[in-house]
Amino acid sequence: MSASMTTGVVPGPRKDPKVAAALGRRRKRADLTLRVFCIAATVLGIVLLASILASLTWRGFAAMNLSVFTRMTAPPGSEGGLLNPIIGSLIQALLGTAIGTPIGMLVGTYLAEYARGSWLGNVVRFISDVLLSAPSILIGLFIYQLLVLPFGGFSGWAGVAALAVIVIPIVVRTTEDMLQLLPNTLREAVVGLGSPKWKMIVLVCWRAAISGIITGVLLAVARVAGETAPLLFTSLGNNAWSINLTQPMASLPVTIYAFAGSPYEDWIALAWAGALIITLGVLGLNIAARSLLRTRH
Amino acid sequence: MQQAITATAAVPATSRRRSSSLGDVIFEHVCRAAGIFVLVLLGAIIVELFRAGLPAFRAFGLGFITSTEWDPVQEVFGAGVSIYGTIVTAVLAIILGVPLAFGIAFYLTEIAPVWLRRPVGTAIELLAAVPSIIYGMWGFFLIAPLMAQYVQPPIIDTVGELPWIGGLFQGPPFGTGIFTAALILAVMILPFIAATMRDVFEQVPPVYKESAYGLGATTWEVMRGVVLPYTRISVVGGIMLGLGRALGETMAVTFVIGNANRISTSLFGSGNTIASLVALEFGESAAGSLKLASLLALGFILFVISFIVLAISRYMLRPRLKG
Repeated sequence: MSASMTTGVVPGPRKDPKVAAALGRRRKRADLTLRVFCIAATVLGIVLLASILASLTWRGFAAMNLSVFTRMTAPPGSEGGLLNPIIGSLIQALLGTAIGTPIGMLVGTYLAEYARGSWLGNVVRFISDVLLSAPSILIGLFIYQLLVLPFGGFSGWAGVAALAVIVIPIVVRTTEDMLQLLPNTLREAVVGLGSPKWKMIVLVCWRAAISGIITGVLLAVARVAGETAPLLFTSLGNNAWSINLTQPMASLPVTIYAFAGSPYEDWIALAWAGALIITLGVLGLNIAARSLLRTRH
Repeated sequence: MQQAITATAAVPATSRRRSSSLGDVIFEHVCRAAGIFVLVLLGAIIVELFRAGLPAFRAFGLGFITSTEWDPVQEVFGAGVSIYGTIVTAVLAIILGVPLAFGIAFYLTEIAPVWLRRPVGTAIELLAAVPSIIYGMWGFFLIAPLMAQYVQPPIIDTVGELPWIGGLFQGPPFGTGIFTAALILAVMILPFIAATMRDVFEQVPPVYKESAYGLGATTWEVMRGVVLPYTRISVVGGIMLGLGRALGETMAVTFVIGNANRISTSLFGSGNTIASLVALEFGESAAGSLKLASLLALGFILFVISFIVLAISRYMLRPRLKG
């Protein structure tokens, strides 16, 4: 590179203008190739997202009508809906988040406020981050082994527990990140007023970081609402109306999985309707979480 | 513990009043207990999966990992086919996805006009939020027919005729199969890798890049000579993160991989992965059966593989991101 830029002043062999021009052209070409490739890659990414959304909209809206929201799942050919899976998904996702969030917040608080630099803290952070990306199907198998086999059957509670395990590391990550963003002067000010540390954390730090933590919780709800694999082995699914958490419970993703793989036209149509509902919900939550974070920071 | 308290730097002083110091002790212990709970959770997952898979390990020994037989009628089970499928689809997904992810990350940090960075970045991140079952339906109803009609036949006719690599692209164009599964996986891990790469690219001190630009370097030269060397370790960590995700992905793969219990020499052939096999066969295995134990043993193997990959990834991402 330096050869192309040296002039007579700089020691070294004199440059040949033709060679220099050719080199310049080659460098420009390489740069242009890279730029075109990067733009193409980004366009492809957006086209893929658009294609997913378009196919969902096209096939989902075609199958969408009021009975999707008002009727239970039914055998093929008898005009069923998706009411029980929708309710089941809502119950399990919300309960799972409600159980996982406090645990995750405490762990995140421990990492940010108590364990900075300590050996235990580093291990907990590391393991929590690994759990964040661990295959969700294995969490389903684990809960099956822990709660389904010993208690004699699939249940809504088992599904809730599996989702809670998935929620914890998500909330840990956002809580720790948000608490670490707070300036230390804030903590010093509170302690300087004579407040004990736990009051500083609960009344000041948590409150200051609340919008970030809520963002994490919303993202966690969005993540578990779309989880299928862990529910296959825990809450299983239920074709009848049931909000009893000790019984198998229907959920939207598992129902979509069962219906989309079936040979019946009306079930496949319902699966598309369900897919549209779940994607709109999940993407809506994501956008809401993002805009919440943006308005506060 | 003393060390931990002083290390926080925020609270050098302990409270004098007894009641509040009691509150402090309780709160700290509750927080620490929650932290330890996470460790226990991971330990319990490993132990439970191993314990549940033990009958299979006992019955087949270490041969379980390499055996390619899966015969529920004879009660002979081996993990070979699904381990092969898991690794091939994940590695193929990385090969397909990483260049694209790099392109997107580089576009977002260096090329795109500033006003475009946020919306495009958000769109790519939303791609990561789409549930995997949706990818499965999309792949099964849209991509697989496209592959069968327009992509696979020409490849089979041209590349499939070549010596050496031709064998990888032969067979009937079903549309589903290992290659399609890897393609869907590539799309799914694309946003994760791209987001990690973008974040680490943004951490390169602007002064370094500016000095290279000042010497007359082109964008590509700045990328190759400054940004990539500076972020090398984190970039590999991001790729490993994508690999870890691809290894354990279940629903999308189950829809499109074709679900066959044999190793196909052609990438267009059907196969299965650990996760897809477990999801598919679980419903048909009775509690306490050897088949169920084999599936749980598969789960244990998958856990070990993805734990190693994710641990390496976190190790590589950690120091740089903190520095």
